[in-house]
Amino acid sequence: MERLVFLLSTGLARGAVLALFALSLVIVYRAARAVNFAQAAMAVVPVYVALAVTSAGGSFWLGLAVALAVGALLGAVVERGLLRLVPQETPLPGIIVAVGLVMVLQAGLAMVFGPDHRPVHAPFSQRPFDVGGVSVLSPYDLFVLVVAAVVMGGLALLFSRTSLGLRLRAAAFAPETSRLLGVRVPRMVTLGWMLSSATAALAALLLVPTGLGLDPHAADVLFVNAFAAAVVGGLDSPVGALVAGLAVGVLVTLVTGYASAAAAPLAVLVLLTAVLLVRPHGLFATREARTA
Amino acid sequence: MTTTGSTADGPPRLEVAGLTVTFGGLTALDDVGFTVADGETVALIGPNGAGKTTVFNAVCGLVRTRRGEVRVGGEPAPPSATGLLRAGVSRTLQGLGLFDRLTVLENVLVPLSGTRLTGDHLAAAHEVLAALGLGAVAAVRAGALPYPERKRVALARALVTRPRLLLLDEPAGGLGAADIDQLARTVRTVADGGCAVLLVEHHVDFVTDVADRVVVLDLGRVIACGTPGEVRRDPAVEEAYLGVPAGEVRP
Ligand SMILES: Nc1ncnc2c1ncn2[C@@H]1O[C@H](COP(=O)(O)OP(=O)(O)O)[C@@H](O)[C@H]1O
Ligand SMILES: [Mg+2]
Repeated sequence: MERLVFLLSTGLARGAVLALFALSLVIVYRAARAVNFAQAAMAVVPVYVALAVTSAGGSFWLGLAVALAVGALLGAVVERGLLRLVPQETPLPGIIVAVGLVMVLQAGLAMVFGPDHRPVHAPFSQRPFDVGGVSVLSPYDLFVLVVAAVVMGGLALLFSRTSLGLRLRAAAFAPETSRLLGVRVPRMVTLGWMLSSATAALAALLLVPTGLGLDPHAADVLFVNAFAAAVVGGLDSPVGALVAGLAVGVLVTLVTGYASAAAAPLAVLVLLTAVLLVRPHGLFATREARTA
Repeated sequence: MTTTGSTADGPPRLEVAGLTVTFGGLTALDDVGFTVADGETVALIGPNGAGKTTVFNAVCGLVRTRRGEVRVGGEPAPPSATGLLRAGVSRTLQGLGLFDRLTVLENVLVPLSGTRLTGDHLAAAHEVLAALGLGAVAAVRAGALPYPERKRVALARALVTRPRLLLLDEPAGGLGAADIDQLARTVRTVADGGCAVLLVEHHVDFVTDVADRVVVLDLGRVIACGTPGEVRRDPAVEEAYLGVPAGEVRP
C-alpha cells in the first residue's frame, strides 16, 4: 500500500513531464499537421545551453529562461529554415528531413559537448517527503507538478482566451479560409513551432535531473512515451495529451516499480494498441476532418 | 462593356474596368466592367462557369489579372487580405468556409483578431450575431449547427468588420423560402446603411427582390445589364439561358 502511494505520486510527476512533452507534439501537429520526429533531439539542445549557463555561474532560473528562449528560437529556425522548404503534399519528405535533423543535432551535440552523460542536479531535493510514515513526492517532484500545471494552464489561456490563440487555432483548423480573413498563416505556423519547441525544452529540462543525466539521447525515451500518449489522446487534443500523459507516466512508474524497467515499454505499447483498437483516432479526437 | 450605376458624388465603391483573366488557354473573364456605388446592390448572374466567382477572386487579388483594373473607393484594390479588410472589403465564400471546431462567436471574431480583442470588438460581434438571430447559439460550435444557421454565421463573419463593400457568393444557395426572405431583409438593411453589395446568385426571386441592378455574365463577358426587370426581358439573356423557361434563371 505504502509502495503504491509512493509509485502513484511519483508516477504523476513523471506523467506531468510526459504530458508537457505530449502537449508540445500536439501543438506542432495542430500548427503544421505533422508529427515532429526531431522533437527529442531539438529539446535537448536548449538543455545543454541551460546547463552551460548554470555551470558558468548562472542560477537555475536563468538557465530555465535561457532554455525556453533557445527552444523557441530553435523551433523558429527549424520551421523557417528547413521544414518550410520541404514539399508538404505528403508527410514522408518532412519525416525524412526530421530524421536527418535528429542525426545532425545529436552528432553535433556529441561533438561540441562530448558524448558522455553529464550529471544534472535538481534545484530542489529529490528525497521524498515523509507523510505519516509513507514516502510520497519529493520537493523536486512537487516543483515539476507545479511548473507543468502553470505552463499548461498558461497555454490553455493563451489558446482559448487571447486573440493570438484564436488566430493560432483558426490557422490550424482552416489555413486557407484564415488567410482570406486576414490571418497571417505562415507566421502562425512559425509561432506554433516556437511554442511547441519551448514546451518540449522545458519538459526535457525537468526530466534530466530524474534520469541518468544529460546526453544527446536524454529525451529519446521521453519522446517515445510522449508520442504514445499524444496518439492515445487523439494527437490534436491538448486535453488528450494531458490525460494520456499522466496515465502513461503512472503506468510506466507502476510497471517499473512492481515488475521491471524493461517491461515498461511493453506496457505502453499494450496501452497504445488497446486504445487504438477501441478508438482508432484516440480518446479525445474530434471527428471532423480539417476543412480547407 | 462597362455599365455605370447611379453616379453618386465621389468615385464608386467598386469599379471594375476592362478586367481580363485567363487560366492557361481559357479566358475566364474577357473585358468585364461594371461599378457598384455606395448603398447599391448589384447582382452578378450567369450560367455555371460564366466567371462570377472569378470576378470575386480578382477583386480580392486571388487570381492574376491579365488586363484591366479593380478600384475600391477610387484606389487600386489592395492585393493582401489585410489590406482589403482595411479598405472595408468583406466577402463570403462559395462554400461556407466556417471553422467547424470554433464556436459561432469565435468564427465571427477571427476577422477582428489581427489586434488585441477589445470590449468593442466583442460588442460588435454580439451585435451582429443578435441582428442575424444567432445570439442564442454564440457559444455553440459552428459545425454543430443546421445549414441555414451556418450560412448566417458566414454572413455575420463578413458583416462584423462593418464593410463598405460586401461580396456575397451565392448567399441564398441551399436556403428555404423563409430563410431567403430573412436574407433579403438583411441585405437591404446593409445596403441602406451605405454599404455597396455585390452578390452572385442564381435565385431569381431573390435577385429581383434585392438587386438595384443586374450584370449578366456569359462565358466571361458581360452580355447584359440593367434593372432586374430590364434584364429579364433581354433576348441575349434568354439566349444564354437557352431552354430555361422564362422567369427561372438556372445555375
Ligand atoms: N483557379 C482556376 N484555374 C483554372 N480554371 C479556373 C480557375 N478558377 C476558375 N476557372 C475556370 O474559369 C471559369 C469560370 O469559373 P467561375 O468563375 O468559378 O464560374 P462561376 O462562378 O460563374 O460558376 C470556369 O471555366 C472555371 O473552370
Ligand atoms: Mg461560382
